Amino acid sequence: MLEISNLACSRGDHLLFSDLNFSLSAGDLLQVQGANGSGKTSLLRTLCGFMMPATGEIRWCGQNIRELGDAFYAEMVYLGHLNAIKDELNALENLRISAGLAGCKVDDKQVIAALRRMGLRGRETLPVKVLSQGQRRRVALTRLLLSNAPLWILDEPLTALDVGAVGLMQELIGEHLLNNGMVIYTTHQPLEVAGVATRWLALS
Amino acid sequence: MNKLSLLGLLSLVIRRDLVLAMRRRADVLTTLIFFVIVVSLFPLGVGPEMDMLRKMAPGVVWVAALLASMLSLGRMFSADYLDGTLEQMMLVPQSLSALVLAKILAHWMVSGLPLVIMAPVLGLQFDMPAQALWVLIAALLLGTPILSMIGAVGAALTLGLRGGGALVSLLVLPLCIPVLVFGAGAVEAIVSGTSVGSHLSLLGALLVMALVFTPWVTALALRISME
Amino acid sequence: MAINWFKYSSPSTFYGVAGKMVPWFAWSATILFVAGLYISFFVAPTDVQQSEAYRIMFIHVPASILSMFIYLVMAGYAALGLIFNTRLSSMMASALAPTGALLAFLSLWTGALWGKPMWGAWWVWDARLTSELILLFLYLGFIALHASIDDPRRADRASALLAIIGSVNVPIIYFSVQWWNTLHQGASVKFTGTSMHVAMQQGMYTMMLAVWSYAIAVSLLRVRCIILERECKAQWVSELAEVRQ
Repeated sequence: MLEISNLACSRGDHLLFSDLNFSLSAGDLLQVQGANGSGKTSLLRTLCGFMMPATGEIRWCGQNIRELGDAFYAEMVYLGHLNAIKDELNALENLRISAGLAGCKVDDKQVIAALRRMGLRGRETLPVKVLSQGQRRRVALTRLLLSNAPLWILDEPLTALDVGAVGLMQELIGEHLLNNGMVIYTTHQPLEVAGVATRWLALS
Repeated sequence: MNKLSLLGLLSLVIRRDLVLAMRRRADVLTTLIFFVIVVSLFPLGVGPEMDMLRKMAPGVVWVAALLASMLSLGRMFSADYLDGTLEQMMLVPQSLSALVLAKILAHWMVSGLPLVIMAPVLGLQFDMPAQALWVLIAALLLGTPILSMIGAVGAALTLGLRGGGALVSLLVLPLCIPVLVFGAGAVEAIVSGTSVGSHLSLLGALLVMALVFTPWVTALALRISME
Repeated sequence: MAINWFKYSSPSTFYGVAGKMVPWFAWSATILFVAGLYISFFVAPTDVQQSEAYRIMFIHVPASILSMFIYLVMAGYAALGLIFNTRLSSMMASALAPTGALLAFLSLWTGALWGKPMWGAWWVWDARLTSELILLFLYLGFIALHASIDDPRRADRASALLAIIGSVNVPIIYFSVQWWNTLHQGASVKFTGTSMHVAMQQGMYTMMLAVWSYAIAVSLLRVRCIILERECKAQWVSELAEVRQ
């Protein structure tokens, strides 16, 4: 499904990595590893099309993602370092808008159910600015539950999460993989998904 | 296929930005108060002779509107950029230009439209005749959206830069000169008894041109700035 | 005969080529300036209407023409850099900007010096003057935007977009200012050249060529500096004779 060939990335005039080759098919879990500054975030941002690769190609179902454009974006979810939630809105409004933009038809009941699953019962209509860092991260992660895109690109999904939430994340990823999803992520914390062999990609 | 219709996208983004603006009313009011204060300072600077003030009024109101719209440009993309929502918007499976257009329209409703509504009151301070006030409103209605659109390009280019506020004015103000010329010119024309139509139609032409090109250019600038 | 143009589009090759070209343009600029200034001050006759003050035109006209032309060239290079992602074109664009800004400033300055004895005012809001002033602002905006972005690639691309927008806008601005000016009853006395004396023409052309050579020499020198700055980590730079010393 997702194929990366000969990919090289540079930041400014500095080459981060080159000759990267890998592919991801339904049910695959790929963890990107590397020290700080090795280009993990840049790799994920390149996969999203924010950054232009210095050389090489990224193909989705055999077609370059630059040519696919919207059709590719409709099949992926990206969760970056930043939570992409608005402090002035409450969790429900935030998710209603982000799901709406992604083109998912969801009603409030589904959103509330998803938020409860993420352990945010009773916080649905509080302005996000009164929530803690971990709770905000949970709101951001709820986006994954509301989307039906097969490809998840997660940059440090576990930051600020407590043990319970990390367990929940593992559960979610497991379910997604069972549904023929694909996950590519970076993390500094261990993330074990039962019954799935994690593949590793080391950037040096 | 997950996809939102174009109109659906426009209305969703406009509603979102309006709600956000309403929850941060202070920002909106600051721009408006700035506009009022700048216009009110001019008579104090040049003296209270009504003849001169009446002559200056269109220019003063237009320059103040230009400055006020510069002041609010920083808000168009930077908050969304800082909390990551702009990133998500670029991943929306719909044309980024359409999304940008929606953001520009919302920005105009919040920062341009109040100026248009306030302008006639300020015109009275300068003893402008009623006819001229109507032309002023019409010209501002046509012109302020253009300011928002040209400003959007500047705001997108300077996204996340240190001292972006001053820089954006340096980039955008020279490009806004035609709007100023035709906008103020329309009001002067009605005062001096010549035809207003040509000025307003030129403003309208500029508006159409801006409407066609600036969302696309702004989207390009955003892609450059997000890299 | 096919010349491989792409060979010259690599910074390492162009660095050497530019280095060979700079002395030629620098010397021709010097010689042409000396010749041009001699003709303009000693050979060209005094003008009947404008007496000696007209001589400032020998600097003013080339500076004005070149300041506008350089903006177009700069926008062209910037567009090439943006579309084909060629680094050298973007470097050329940023090397041209300061020269263009300098010439625009010179043109305004000499224009003001000429205007005082001719029109009785340092500055009039004539369409041409105003447009030249706005051109200077556009140059300054380009330089300021480029300078305030740390990432060189983003700086190149963002300022390229600005240069293109500017070049599209210049005709609109010129038209609107002219329109505005005719409304306010033109304050300007048009410089309608009565048939120019041959020596005047020669002086003008020589000065024009001199300014051309100067602009090319300085831009090439500047682009060499930019190449060195940007490529300082590259292998070929560390092998240069002037770097190894």
